[in-house]
Amino acid sequence: MDHRHQATTTSRELPMARSMCWHCQSEVTGEYLCGQCVKVQPLSKDLDYFACFQLPRLLNIDEQELEKTFYELSRTFHPDFYSTKDESEKAISLGNSAFLNAAYRTLQDPIQRAEYLIRLEAGAVKDIRSNPPADLFEEVLDLQENLETFRQLAPNGASSDLEALREKLQDKRERLEKRQAKMEESLQSKFKEWDQLQERTLLPGEAREEKNTVLRGMQEILSNRTYVRNMVNDLLETTG
Amino acid sequence: MSRIVGIDLGTTNSLVAFMDQEGPHVIPGPDGQTTVPSIVGLTDNGLIVGDPAKAHLMRDPSRTIYSVKRFMGKGLDDVKDELKYFPYHLHEKNGVIRIEVGGKTYSPPQVSAMILKELKRRAEEYLKEDVSKAVITVPAYFNDSQRQATKDAGMIAGLEVLRIINEPTAASLAYGLQKKTQGLIAIYDLGGGTFDLSILKLKDGIFEVLSTNGDSHLGGDDFDQRLVDVMVDDILQTQGVKVGGDPELMQALRLEAEQVKVRLSDETQTKAEIEIPNGTYEKVWTRESMETLVMDLVERTLAPCRHALKDAGLTVSQIDEVVLVGGSTRMPLVWRKVEELFGKKPHSELNPDEVVALGAAVQADILGGHTKDLLLLDVTPLSLGIETMGGVMSALIRRNTTIPTSAKEMFTTYVDGQTSVDIHILQGERELVKDNRSLARFQLKLPPLPAGVPRVEVNFLIDANGILHVTARDIRTGDAQSVQVKPSHGLTDDEVEGMIRDSFQFAAEDIKARQIIEARNEANAIIVATEKALVRATNLINDKEIEGIRRILQQLSEVNEGDDHRVIRTKIAEVEKVTHHLAEVLMDATLKEALESKKLSDVIK
Repeated sequence: MDHRHQATTTSRELPMARSMCWHCQSEVTGEYLCGQCVKVQPLSKDLDYFACFQLPRLLNIDEQELEKTFYELSRTFHPDFYSTKDESEKAISLGNSAFLNAAYRTLQDPIQRAEYLIRLEAGAVKDIRSNPPADLFEEVLDLQENLETFRQLAPNGASSDLEALREKLQDKRERLEKRQAKMEESLQSKFKEWDQLQERTLLPGEAREEKNTVLRGMQEILSNRTYVRNMVNDLLETTG
Repeated sequence: MSRIVGIDLGTTNSLVAFMDQEGPHVIPGPDGQTTVPSIVGLTDNGLIVGDPAKAHLMRDPSRTIYSVKRFMGKGLDDVKDELKYFPYHLHEKNGVIRIEVGGKTYSPPQVSAMILKELKRRAEEYLKEDVSKAVITVPAYFNDSQRQATKDAGMIAGLEVLRIINEPTAASLAYGLQKKTQGLIAIYDLGGGTFDLSILKLKDGIFEVLSTNGDSHLGGDDFDQRLVDVMVDDILQTQGVKVGGDPELMQALRLEAEQVKVRLSDETQTKAEIEIPNGTYEKVWTRESMETLVMDLVERTLAPCRHALKDAGLTVSQIDEVVLVGGSTRMPLVWRKVEELFGKKPHSELNPDEVVALGAAVQADILGGHTKDLLLLDVTPLSLGIETMGGVMSALIRRNTTIPTSAKEMFTTYVDGQTSVDIHILQGERELVKDNRSLARFQLKLPPLPAGVPRVEVNFLIDANGILHVTARDIRTGDAQSVQVKPSHGLTDDEVEGMIRDSFQFAAEDIKARQIIEARNEANAIIVATEKALVRATNLINDKEIEGIRRILQQLSEVNEGDDHRVIRTKIAEVEKVTHHLAEVLMDATLKEALESKKLSDVIK
């Protein structure tokens, strides 16, 4: 590791909870350390995860860059650097760090990132039904039945029935896994669609209908994917 | 600002370290040893800790406490399977184990505090300044109660615990600093009583823990126990002696088993030898026979390794380096198994006993504001949740979440006029409440309003120590609400305070015990040295003088049995006076010898 490497001090501008420093009352203009007394400032309650990383609300993001910003902000907020400070600063550092960690965890994972974006842009996607489509629903029921039979047979030791069922279930799992991969592909194209829409519009209100359609599409694939993934996990756990 | 030390509070051994411009250093005792055995003995003259207590273990096992770390943050139920192995009596009060020795009762944090005090004293003597702040390490897989208990121990010992840090992460700090490694590393840490596996990403001075897993009840102690069990059976079969009813013999056997295990790391065969009531018991152990005996224990460490990899989203081939930490990784069997699993030779360049303490010292330096380029981002090892309807745990914070982290949960009422909600906090990965660890309970107060109207938001925050803090806020009024959390397996604040007061009281007794030990050690050293000198000086001084010296040595041996260090000191001074001439004679003789063995020209030069 390079020991000459020092914490980067380029100042990022993040929305803070107040426009006045909690400590010296001087004006805070978006930097997280007060320009006068250098005390750390609490992050704004309205700050969202994208804004925390100073990213536009896009779904394809540069993960290297995300990590770099995370490390940089960690060097600013982490409680390790406030151990000798007073209790108020300690508490702010703790709160800011916890928020930063949650933001990074969410944005790091493409699925969580998309789910979070949908929540942020909410309103538009409230009327999504929570049941899977008919064909998937039937498959769930059928699978539950097979799994139940398997669980009943399994304790009796190896048998031809059990082996036949195991093969059938493993086959099913493979098909479900393919289906999940396909869903992820179409999710990826929805992500692209969203990003393009975002990039060609300037204001959040612009092309709202189009955007809402994409979000709804995304939400649907996401919830169906959850069903499929849960089934795959169940299968893996039961049949190995 | 006063210096912050790093402490490795281990199951079998503890160490204290500090950092200066050159890097981290472990602080040695007066004898040059860096480890302090984590053993506390109660003598008629007070407490003794470390090596003297280890010696005490064989003489007075029922008043000697070892492996107390196994009891930290636990209830009696958690350790019922191993109760038979401990020579002292345990009971439980308020969910916390209590240890009864010599008519007194101690909680595990109190006993740990005695070890911490010894380390504090050692550091103060070495650094020649007061030491009041420390970073203390714990196994990564320690739960909230175990961490809190460790923090309590620090307070009782008069230390401000600035940070509780995970042992494998501490090791990675020392290792990364020394080797300047970048990339993905796995730290395999098998100590005296616990096992941890942590996977980290090292990049530009950031040590980011990706996942951690382990077993807080698996370590070298368990290997020793396997050997002991075999020998206990063997002694009964071949000698007809029941070891079980003889605590002294059991402890002697336990220490011998540990030695056998240690020797078999370098040798392929060794002999255990132990005095039993009707003679000497001997047993030849081969490395192979021991390995067969403990194979399943070593294999038990592999599942946590796989889980940690899976949680980090990695395969073994992506791991750049595997680092071995903890005394138990000296066993060739452990090496082989780790190499088999990861497909690469593990590293152990740093002393596996010292690396954790060194890392704690680095973290202490970061907290002190001196090291600015390193930052540790650790995770919580276990999922945190609350009990919901039907005895099911609902997770709020997933395991391997980077800390500090928080989760908010909104609570309301189901019945009109309901004024409280009981909340039960849990830690663990299982579905049902009963299979997880109960951390604490508290009662949330609500205003008497129609059902569903009150809205109280509870914030569960895990700080950088991995310790939980609970706060609540009434959403309607915006007012903060105080929350009285009652730990399921922890001391209350009042209890800790009482123990801090007690520890000041004990301090006087402890000083007395220490003075006796120091005087005795010095007397023993003088007796040995003088006897050696007498052999050399047989022809240099007359018989009368020899007889005089022998007489005073005999007197010193006699007072050395007593409990008054002043009497011993006085006698030591007398011995020094009587042997003054002997010393002179020997010095002359040595000088003469030295001159004779050199050429004249050398001497003139």
